[in-house]
Amino acid sequence: MRYFLTEEQQMIVGICRTIVEERIIPVRAELDENEIFPRDIIEEIGRSDLFRLFIPEKYEGMGTGIFEICLATEELSRGDMGIATSFAACGLGIIPILIAGSEEQKVKFLPQVASGSKLAAFGLTEAEAGSDAGNIKTTAKKDGDYYILNGTKQWISNGGEADIYTVFAITDPGRGIRGASAIVVEKGTPGFEFGKKENKLGIRSSATRELIFTDCRVPKENLLGGEGMGFIIAMKTFDQSRPVVGAQALGVAESALEEALNYSKVRKQFNTPISSFQAIQHMFADMATEIEAARALVYHTAKVIDSGEKNVSRLSSMAKLFASDMAMKVTIDAVQILGGYGYMKEYPLEKMMRDAKITQIYEGTNQIMRNVIALDLIKRGVL
Amino acid sequence: MIRIKIVVCIKQVPATTEIKIDPKTNTLIREGIENIINPFDSYAIEEAVRIKERLGDPDTEVIAITMGPHQAMEILREAISAGVDRAILLSDRAFAGADTWATATTLAGAINKIGDCSLVILGKQTLDGDTGQVGPELAQKMGIPFVGYVSSVLEINKNNMKVKRLMEDRYETFEVSLPSAISVIKDINVPRVPSLRGKMKAKSAEIPVWDSEILGLNKNEVGLSGSYTQVVKIFTPRIKHDTMIIEGTTDEKVEHLYRILKESHVV
Amino acid sequence: MEIKINRETCTGCGLCKKVCLYNAIEIVNSKVVINENCVFCGACVEACKFNSIEIAGLLSEDKKDFSDYGGVCVYLEANGSVISDVGFELISKGRELADRLGAELSAVAVGNSIKDGVVEGFRYGLDKLYLIDNPVFSNNLDDIFAIALAQVIKRYKPEIFLAGATAFGRTLIPAVAAILKTGLTADCTGLDIDNERKILLQTRPTFGGNILATIVTRNARPQMATVRPHVMEKKIISEIPADYENKIEYIKINDSDFKTKYKLVSVDRELDEKINITDYDVVVSGGRGLGGSDKFSMLKELADLLGGVVGASRAAVDSGWISYPHQVGQTGKTVNPRIYIACGISGAIQHLAGMQTSDIIIAINKDPDAPIFKVANYGIVGDLIEIIPELIKRIKGAKSTA
Repeated sequence: MRYFLTEEQQMIVGICRTIVEERIIPVRAELDENEIFPRDIIEEIGRSDLFRLFIPEKYEGMGTGIFEICLATEELSRGDMGIATSFAACGLGIIPILIAGSEEQKVKFLPQVASGSKLAAFGLTEAEAGSDAGNIKTTAKKDGDYYILNGTKQWISNGGEADIYTVFAITDPGRGIRGASAIVVEKGTPGFEFGKKENKLGIRSSATRELIFTDCRVPKENLLGGEGMGFIIAMKTFDQSRPVVGAQALGVAESALEEALNYSKVRKQFNTPISSFQAIQHMFADMATEIEAARALVYHTAKVIDSGEKNVSRLSSMAKLFASDMAMKVTIDAVQILGGYGYMKEYPLEKMMRDAKITQIYEGTNQIMRNVIALDLIKRGVL
Repeated sequence: MIRIKIVVCIKQVPATTEIKIDPKTNTLIREGIENIINPFDSYAIEEAVRIKERLGDPDTEVIAITMGPHQAMEILREAISAGVDRAILLSDRAFAGADTWATATTLAGAINKIGDCSLVILGKQTLDGDTGQVGPELAQKMGIPFVGYVSSVLEINKNNMKVKRLMEDRYETFEVSLPSAISVIKDINVPRVPSLRGKMKAKSAEIPVWDSEILGLNKNEVGLSGSYTQVVKIFTPRIKHDTMIIEGTTDEKVEHLYRILKESHVV
Repeated sequence: MEIKINRETCTGCGLCKKVCLYNAIEIVNSKVVINENCVFCGACVEACKFNSIEIAGLLSEDKKDFSDYGGVCVYLEANGSVISDVGFELISKGRELADRLGAELSAVAVGNSIKDGVVEGFRYGLDKLYLIDNPVFSNNLDDIFAIALAQVIKRYKPEIFLAGATAFGRTLIPAVAAILKTGLTADCTGLDIDNERKILLQTRPTFGGNILATIVTRNARPQMATVRPHVMEKKIISEIPADYENKIEYIKINDSDFKTKYKLVSVDRELDEKINITDYDVVVSGGRGLGGSDKFSMLKELADLLGGVVGASRAAVDSGWISYPHQVGQTGKTVNPRIYIACGISGAIQHLAGMQTSDIIIAINKDPDAPIFKVANYGIVGDLIEIIPELIKRIKGAKSTA
């Protein structure tokens, strides 16, 4: 039930749908089983100009806003959430450049991402710094024309596959959060290595690796904004990216509902399709309603952001929180509707359920989302 | 960097995969059948675009043409979104009812008007006509060599090309000089997903319409008038047998199957 | 030429609209209106219960005089020194047509060192053989073969010319028709003579085999058709006559007239796989139900035991389980074997288009509702993984006790 899409937005959805149907669905089970990062599909996504959605026209992009990114991410998630994650994580990696980068930096990094020739990634999380993002320990010590990076980032999506990494490191120890800065590090820089690929519960077609910095010398021109701006850049980035996670949740929930619906019409027990049982029907009604509610919230949030509104943290967190909790519930229910078959890898539902879980965790756990929402309420009122 | 003109001839056809037969009247049901670009033509378009990319000159032009009614504009726009540079619709009431020869006459007229064309690419055959005749007839009319069932364009430059074609039991590799025409099979490539830029270009593209006058063709050279063959009857095939479902245990089924094969003298 | 609606008898019932595949029919104020999308295929004329549709100009008389054309001529295609079976099938059919017309049946063969092979044609009822035997024709090249055939036809003026709808035939013969400026009907499955007008009625499948169309050639000769291999039956009706040499005309050519524009660089015959699937009596085909490429070796074993070849549905080829030359269907090859065994193939229309004329179709599928069961002669609802190995055992068992 998507309406009021402009012709261009319909084109975007159409292209994603073609990629999902012709390229992703035939191989998604294999990608999941063998943890394969599908470089050829990512390249096809690049050739279709979809990475241009992240970037303004000035830098060879076609980006008009978060809403279009949500549409694309939602549609890709209907195919495979891991591929959608690889897509969205690339956006996450360059939003800091859009927010705080200089003209030179934008001209240097953005066009290559727009064309799909280079992927980006976002490097904040560490072993001791998940929800407590302020506790990062990676350092970036100024040395003449360089910053020397030391430390390890953990669980970085597109880690090892991306060429451009926005990394958050402490430039001024002792100042806590205010001592963190954002800096762009390119793959191949000496002293920058990757850990092994993580073996995950879900989104297994997305490559997740540690970023290991050992006396890695990064040109000072790669610093985004100024020293100490790191944390603010990160928070502003999440304001824009959280609805996109919501869109991922939407996509996987929709496809789970569709699979369960189709199955229920064909599966007969007691000589009748299970879709005729009220127990099942009520589940469908609840699932579909929750999806629509999440869609309304995610789309609304995206449009508010695109309208230029500054204070979007609360809404953004709500969209991610609500949609991800919804997706978890819907995918679990979808497995339940398929019963024993839902539990078998032969059907795509169990994978959708495993994939959905991450949306409740990354880009800020849903517990952190609740903190953000509550604190904003207390500070600014109901509005 | 090599600059040439490549013309791709495409056709809009009913999606015959969707056809159902009304069991009572034994006739076709058209309900909601979409018109699509002939599937083999998608491979032709992709190959043309790939050849352009290989040759490296951005001024190499890939031009898609189709003979059809105005609704065939859709597939020309699709071709542009898939990377074709420009497109032309050949449309005229006089073109209707054309057999493969009259179609070849019309297409040749357009290609000659475009001028200076080094390579003509077609799909192997259409879903509705299923003849595969237009390519060789067109090439003969234009006096250029034709290679059908091309599974790979191995080499190409301004003056000649090397292609591989698939026959029933072998592949044959030919060198042939340009200008030439080829028809391509499914194996030759995987058509790309249209790009967003391509779709937007397609949406606003100006597609000229050429009629028989613009092509300088006499009305009795084209369409049904210009055809040497004519359909006199259309009917649906009747399936002559009843299906027998073999029942029983696995062993019984296998035994029954074995008997059928034995009676047919293949064992 | 135009399509006319008799507005008095048209009831606006819409039967015609239901069968129009080109969106060319609209019902306006309860009467039919035909728009510019019409391609004159004639489906509506057939469908209308009230005879309200007429394509004007249908079956118009030939304006020209073709009395100098006579006889039926058949192309005997050769591959190296092997004469394609379809040539003999066409001699048998040609014999029948020639007898209906009271005319002569001839054949033309072009190649190098093919005489012994083509002389076999006399067993099937040939009156005359035109033979062009020259090293220039060692390889099957479209341009010079087209010139050769066109020369023979121009000289001897048969009223009907038939050739096999082989891969070579389907590109060669259109070139011949274009040189001669005459009509050609592709891939016919039926040939007949109209008793009144003594013209050839050429029937062929269209729309992936969902529709059959009967076609005639007007205002041009010869009436040319390529014919689907293994549809016509070849029948030996006599020994090679003792005086066969008198029935052969050896045609000399000027080498300079036959300079080819094609340079054949190499020929690659896939020796470990049988890919000429159109030439076998038995095809064992696998589809999505096979689940993987490894199962195809099982089908190959069965095919080998039955003297046949392995085919595949588009789903199997697209999944990379087997190579494209094995694909049967609308975007693959059309096969016409005596026995077609469809394993794990659902029977989508685009697959049926490539095999539904097989003599006996046996389908094995887990899904009782699979469309393939509607066209199969015999169906087994079951797991091919169980059935095929057992069938192989049964056949091997019988062989060892035989």
